[in-house]
Amino acid sequence: MSRIAARFAQLRAAGRAGLVTYLSCGDPDRVTFEKILAHLPKAGADLIEIGMPFSDPMADGPAIQAASLRALKSGMTLAKTLDVLRRFRKADRDTPVILMGYYNPIYRYGVPRFLKDAKAAGCDGLIVVDLPPEHDDELCLPARQAGIDFVRLATPTSDDKRLPVILTNAGGFLYYVAIAGITGTKSARAEVVAAAVARLRRHTALPIAVGFGIRTPAQAVKVARVADAAVIGSALVETIAKNLDKRGKAKATLLPAVLKDVAALASGVRKARPRPRNQARAAQ
Amino acid sequence: MAGPNTFRGGPDDRGLFGIHGGRFVAETLMPLVLEVERAYETAKRDPGFAAELRYYLEHYVGRPSPLYFAERLTRHCRGAKIYLKREDLNHTGAHKVNNTLGQILLARRMGKRRIIAETGAGQHGVATATVCALFDLPCVVYMGATDIERQKPNVFRMKLLGAEVRPVTSGTATLKDAMNEALRDWVANVDDTYYLIGTVAGPHPYPAMVRDFQTVIGDEVRVQMMRAEERLPDTLIACVGGGSNAMGLFHPFLDEPTVTMIGVEAAGEGISTGRHAASLNGGAPGVLHGNRSYYLQDADGQILDTHSISAGLDYPGVGPEHAWLFEHRRVAYVPVTDREALAAFQLLTRLEGIIPALESAHAVAEVAKRAPNLPRDHLVVINLSGRGDKDVDTVAATLGVKL
Repeated sequence: MSRIAARFAQLRAAGRAGLVTYLSCGDPDRVTFEKILAHLPKAGADLIEIGMPFSDPMADGPAIQAASLRALKSGMTLAKTLDVLRRFRKADRDTPVILMGYYNPIYRYGVPRFLKDAKAAGCDGLIVVDLPPEHDDELCLPARQAGIDFVRLATPTSDDKRLPVILTNAGGFLYYVAIAGITGTKSARAEVVAAAVARLRRHTALPIAVGFGIRTPAQAVKVARVADAAVIGSALVETIAKNLDKRGKAKATLLPAVLKDVAALASGVRKARPRPRNQARAAQ
Repeated sequence: MAGPNTFRGGPDDRGLFGIHGGRFVAETLMPLVLEVERAYETAKRDPGFAAELRYYLEHYVGRPSPLYFAERLTRHCRGAKIYLKREDLNHTGAHKVNNTLGQILLARRMGKRRIIAETGAGQHGVATATVCALFDLPCVVYMGATDIERQKPNVFRMKLLGAEVRPVTSGTATLKDAMNEALRDWVANVDDTYYLIGTVAGPHPYPAMVRDFQTVIGDEVRVQMMRAEERLPDTLIACVGGGSNAMGLFHPFLDEPTVTMIGVEAAGEGISTGRHAASLNGGAPGVLHGNRSYYLQDADGQILDTHSISAGLDYPGVGPEHAWLFEHRRVAYVPVTDREALAAFQLLTRLEGIIPALESAHAVAEVAKRAPNLPRDHLVVINLSGRGDKDVDTVAATLGVKL
């Protein structure tokens, strides 16, 4: 079983939703980022998304755009991102890691070489924003062959005709983008998300993670009641931005601040469902 | 690489010209992009759409634009016989309006109620704001803060026309960032908004659609040259940023083996300096803004800053069909520097009384280099894609003249 499948099986058994955290690799610098990364699982991240920084992140709002640029300015590259993952994986063999980003750096690196190196580094899944199913031959199918899940995004614009196309080669889990928009800008209403997740479940047995616009533990709680995982990105990235000095260097407060946020979100997600599902079932 | 049977058959149904083109967009946009494709395919088959477009091109834009024999430039070069395709005489002063008219008619058919666009030099922004005024549609134009500073007259024109110009400060604050921002707007306003892309780039169907709307240029040149010289031209020359004016001129002639075509890229301060915008001469294949093509990028796949004296060519990529024609060597792509373009700008102004856009001056510069070595019966057509009034501030500043 893949690490992603194993983790969702564990979450199901525990009767709770998972917390997925997103941070851009190398933000604000490699050393600080590696420290955050190493502490994320203990702080409560069940799955980890590592952003592969790109100069032109078209689907991202100001917070993640800035994070990407900070990371690039600090010298982060795709090769170094894989190296960061490799070092993390030496210490943590269980937490699934999904690399998220845009196609050009991967294309430039070379798809076969990228998949080989990513797999060896311990990558479990890929989210590549600008590769729709129409281009599955580029990376999605080779990734599956290499044993890496290609995680698909479904959006409010994905109607019942589009969803089967999206799901054909989808792996790992389905990432529901809760708003029509870019990251970190607006938030969807809880009942809208619930209805969307219910609709998605009619199309797929894959676990469903919901992201975009989840900023507070309270919002995470609402999502965790209906989805299998909640994804938090921009809010954490903003905490990084708030803990930089005038020169853009990490302050001593940065690491504890990020981990505190993660812990608060995790605690919300963990108690979102008052009665664990398996116990409820056992009681029936 | 073996040549295809025709150079005019692309793209395929996935929007690919060879490996270039495609639909590399976020999933949120896929249904919209597919909707534009369906709507365009339907419109293309509707004679009513063609008739409507023809009406506005004739009575509003002022087409056909003249094919003018540049007698003094020809005498100056002492070689090939040089004609200018006068797209600068179109309403709004450039070829851009051919495309914005076509797309606004499509957006109306699709029932869209809000138009967004990106612009570099501001020519496409002005052409979009113009047709939005004509059809009473709200218009938001994204423009890099750097470009706003160097193209003030066009910014004011857009505002006069009723458009909202939103400055883009992200990234390098130029055309590529304006395009990122327009895509972000589109993702957030999927219900009512039409994205009116200004060049032969972006996700399929835009590269093919914008090309189709611009081929009126080449179609007219064919008829006009037949009338003037009773034969086809020998060489076609156009500047290439994204490449819409060049595609429009070249496409109708791609399967004419006797016609040589040259696309002129902005070499800025020289390819070797790294300060340029010549994606084919100095870039590598990559994926950005919805399509695969050639992009200026570093070894890590990060898109690089560009430089050109001409804001309209200051883009790190090029349309995917150009990338394909480049790889098949059907069209030659050559670099021309800021300095050469500036000299050609002055040359054409003095010799013909025509102030070309700095973009078009790149094409004039290449002809000035090439024409002296060609025989007198060699027919050259330069696509004079735009007028240079918008550039007088830039030119004055570069020449050290205080206005």
